[in-house]
Amino acid sequence: MARTLTQSRFRKPSVIPGFGLTFGFAVTYLSLIVLIPIAALILKSASVGWDEFWRIATDGRTLAALRTSFGLSLIAALVNMFFGLILAWVLTRYRFPGRRLIDAMVDLPFALPTAVAGIALGSLYAVNGWIGGFFDFRITYTAIGITIALIFVGLPFVVRTVQPVLEDLDKELEEAAATLGAGRWKTIFRVILPPLLPAVLTGFALAYARAVGEYGSVVFVSQGIPYRNEIAPQLIVIKLEESASYGPAAVIATVMLALAFLLLLCINLLQAWGRRRFGSAG
Amino acid sequence: MTARRLANGREFLVGAIAAVGVIIIVVLFTMSGRSVALLNVSFDPTREMFEEYNAAFAAFWREETGQRVSVRQSHGGSGAQARAVVDGLEADIVTLAIEGDVDLLADADLIDRNWRSLLPHGSAPYTSTIVFVVRAGNPLNIRDWDDLVRDDVAVITPNPKTSGGARWNFLAAWAYAESQNGGDEAATRDFVRRLYANVAVLDTGARGSTQTFAQRGTGDVLIAWENEAHLTVREFGEGTFEIVVPSQSILAEPPVAVVTRYAEARGTETAAEAYVEYLYSPEGQRIAAAHFFRPSEPTLVAPAALAAFPDIPLTTIGHFGGWAEAQPRFFGDGGIFDQIYAPAP
Amino acid sequence: MPAEKVFVPPDYQRPTESPPEVAAIPFRQRSAVTEPVWVRTILIVVAVGFVGLFLLLPLVFVFVQAFSMGFGEYFEQLSEPYAQSAIRLTLLVTAIAVPANLVFGIAASWAIAKFEFKGKAFLITLIDLPFSVSPVIAGLVYVLLFGAQGYFGPWLEANDIQIIFAVPGIVLATIFVTFPFVARELIPLMQEQGTGDEEAALSLGASGFKTFLFVTLPNVKWALLYGVLLCNARAMGEFGAVSVLSGRIQGFTNTMPLQIEAASKEFSRTAEVAAFSMASLLALLALVTLILKTFLEWRYADRLSSSAQAH
Repeated sequence: MARTLTQSRFRKPSVIPGFGLTFGFAVTYLSLIVLIPIAALILKSASVGWDEFWRIATDGRTLAALRTSFGLSLIAALVNMFFGLILAWVLTRYRFPGRRLIDAMVDLPFALPTAVAGIALGSLYAVNGWIGGFFDFRITYTAIGITIALIFVGLPFVVRTVQPVLEDLDKELEEAAATLGAGRWKTIFRVILPPLLPAVLTGFALAYARAVGEYGSVVFVSQGIPYRNEIAPQLIVIKLEESASYGPAAVIATVMLALAFLLLLCINLLQAWGRRRFGSAG
Repeated sequence: MTARRLANGREFLVGAIAAVGVIIIVVLFTMSGRSVALLNVSFDPTREMFEEYNAAFAAFWREETGQRVSVRQSHGGSGAQARAVVDGLEADIVTLAIEGDVDLLADADLIDRNWRSLLPHGSAPYTSTIVFVVRAGNPLNIRDWDDLVRDDVAVITPNPKTSGGARWNFLAAWAYAESQNGGDEAATRDFVRRLYANVAVLDTGARGSTQTFAQRGTGDVLIAWENEAHLTVREFGEGTFEIVVPSQSILAEPPVAVVTRYAEARGTETAAEAYVEYLYSPEGQRIAAAHFFRPSEPTLVAPAALAAFPDIPLTTIGHFGGWAEAQPRFFGDGGIFDQIYAPAP
Repeated sequence: MPAEKVFVPPDYQRPTESPPEVAAIPFRQRSAVTEPVWVRTILIVVAVGFVGLFLLLPLVFVFVQAFSMGFGEYFEQLSEPYAQSAIRLTLLVTAIAVPANLVFGIAASWAIAKFEFKGKAFLITLIDLPFSVSPVIAGLVYVLLFGAQGYFGPWLEANDIQIIFAVPGIVLATIFVTFPFVARELIPLMQEQGTGDEEAALSLGASGFKTFLFVTLPNVKWALLYGVLLCNARAMGEFGAVSVLSGRIQGFTNTMPLQIEAASKEFSRTAEVAAFSMASLLALLALVTLILKTFLEWRYADRLSSSAQAH
């Protein structure tokens, strides 16, 4: 035992075997599948030279696509935040027939392939579709159609982050607030919503991140007109298909990757904040 | 202490090797040997034609050589397909929408620069042109290119950057505007700009546009390959769509070529060459006409099969100085098409 | 979360442990801890309507379209050679990608949960990385590596190896996008469980491998299954990553989701049926996944990690 105490400053000693083996496997596999390919992407985008990188990244069409992606995703995530909160509330607080079914259905976007969602939504909301037929303006092939697809893919996140917090929320606090004379609305806004906030924001950010990267369902409903409503992942594919080199696609992908990291960082900070806040509130 | 450390290092190495091993096994396990099947990488509207042609060719080849040959198909926007071949999609044959896309393969040293001279009719076994498809009864009374720039008309055409057919559409519109405006480029450009401002959906391939128009009910007029137009009317029934032939259009010459470098490496050269040559045979020409492509050797097919092809003035690509000139000018990075969609500076 | 626990006398019944039935509340009764009946009704209607419109309707629509020309046509379309080959390819890809990620998930969670080392949080973040990368980028990175103009392209061509526009590329891209599923279910659970059981087994003389097999594995088997389930659903349904590098060779590199797209472009009256019948198979897979998932969450909630349901 004594010798293991000093053996490594990298890892705390343990009697459990297999660290080297599993760690070696995991890190190598991770590197081969994810890290090296991503490094290749960054390397490729850097190889076009800084000026060219900047030119492609700030090209009007790239910026328009990024604006479309991040803008429509924001709308979709806000819609999901609003309805997600209601759904989580209804599912944890009320009992009604079909509640379990609805609860289970919420995860559908995780399980249903995006291409299936895309073709179904594209067809449903087309001008000759079940829903699209009711409107005298186009939904499929417009920004509205894209937003609907993005709402679909991000739907479960807010529900699933808020639900457990809402379940753990102490009802006695509400009772106490009511006893002290607070009205129901005041209780909701002052007692219930504040501890939910980190979970809501985390769910929102997760839904946002998911929508920003979405491709499969959007291509079935997108119009594909440059500058108007082309989403960024779509532009990556188009650049790959129409350019003589991989450079432009790699540059836009790298920009998206950087923005995705930024989002990931926000999510992690939000979660840490939530844990801290949750700990101190209890 | 060092022994343990060493043991850990050795373990790490074993783990790392195992991970590499897993991935190598994954790749090896799924790697298929070079298959004997020919791969024909084609553009969108030829799906049905090559479906029939491949069976006919297989029968012909069996009779001729006793060998069984199966042909695989890949379809998509012509430009995108050419890029994929350059990127390593090992096609034995390409049958694309425009010459410029096959030239991309020559740029990448996949085929010989003089590929056009290797087969009759500049390597185009069939030709086509661009017409309009409108909804039954032509409710918006669309007759010619002029009607496509009207405010109340929503146009469906694919993206010329990825689709070959879309480039023919673009050039046909350009040629019309040019002849209307007596060659004035600014007016021509303005006409085409207005036309593309009316575009409701810009799909990546011609077939995507047809589906958008026919299946999803979007738009008032589809600018389409002649054969796509006929197929739309035939498949959806006479009462649903109508073909409108404009006063003038363009002569589209979709070329075919053997991708020599891949075919040589795969040892499929003989079969691939026979495949493209058989397109010029009476049977090949018959199949093309049956799918509404205009046969390059019209004498080889029954006159009745040619009845579907109206005789209208057709501009040729030569008018634009050939693809080598037209491609960069109109569809290159920052070319006229890009300028049309870029917001005014 | 342990900080949340307050002492509750064993015989004390929380009055609102089970929320009241909507209908059971008389209209006039104003409870301090619930909303008036009309508010509740509106909220329930809104929630059910939202789920119905956005989730249920597309799902139902897929099946309605698939069977719109009758059962005969449905099975006819699914037995087309291209459809059959797409189904076979998807099964093959999944059968390779899921076990590969399973092995990784077990190795990674063992190293991370059973040991303390520097940079652990960073490693966990890296494992989650594929979730925040657009699937299109997952496909693109392999094109950059293995495409003809990519870093290894010339070498691969010289050695007659096809990775992209062939099955290996599709498998690699699928592994990339489904990479974290098993690991992220196992890591939090194994961290919660600590190392006590394993240490006890080891001190009784069990070998490391036996300890894993007979002590650790039974403890995490449901979470493992849960991760495999999600991994499987994603692997079978991946579209973006695969579409970038498949080359769309019909009957060869079209997976089921790609075949949906390809079928919808066929020119025939049965094209919609062909596309939607393929889609209905994947929708069925999603339903089975949901049912199993719900069952696992309901039956073995305590043996899945507390964070499992959040994702």
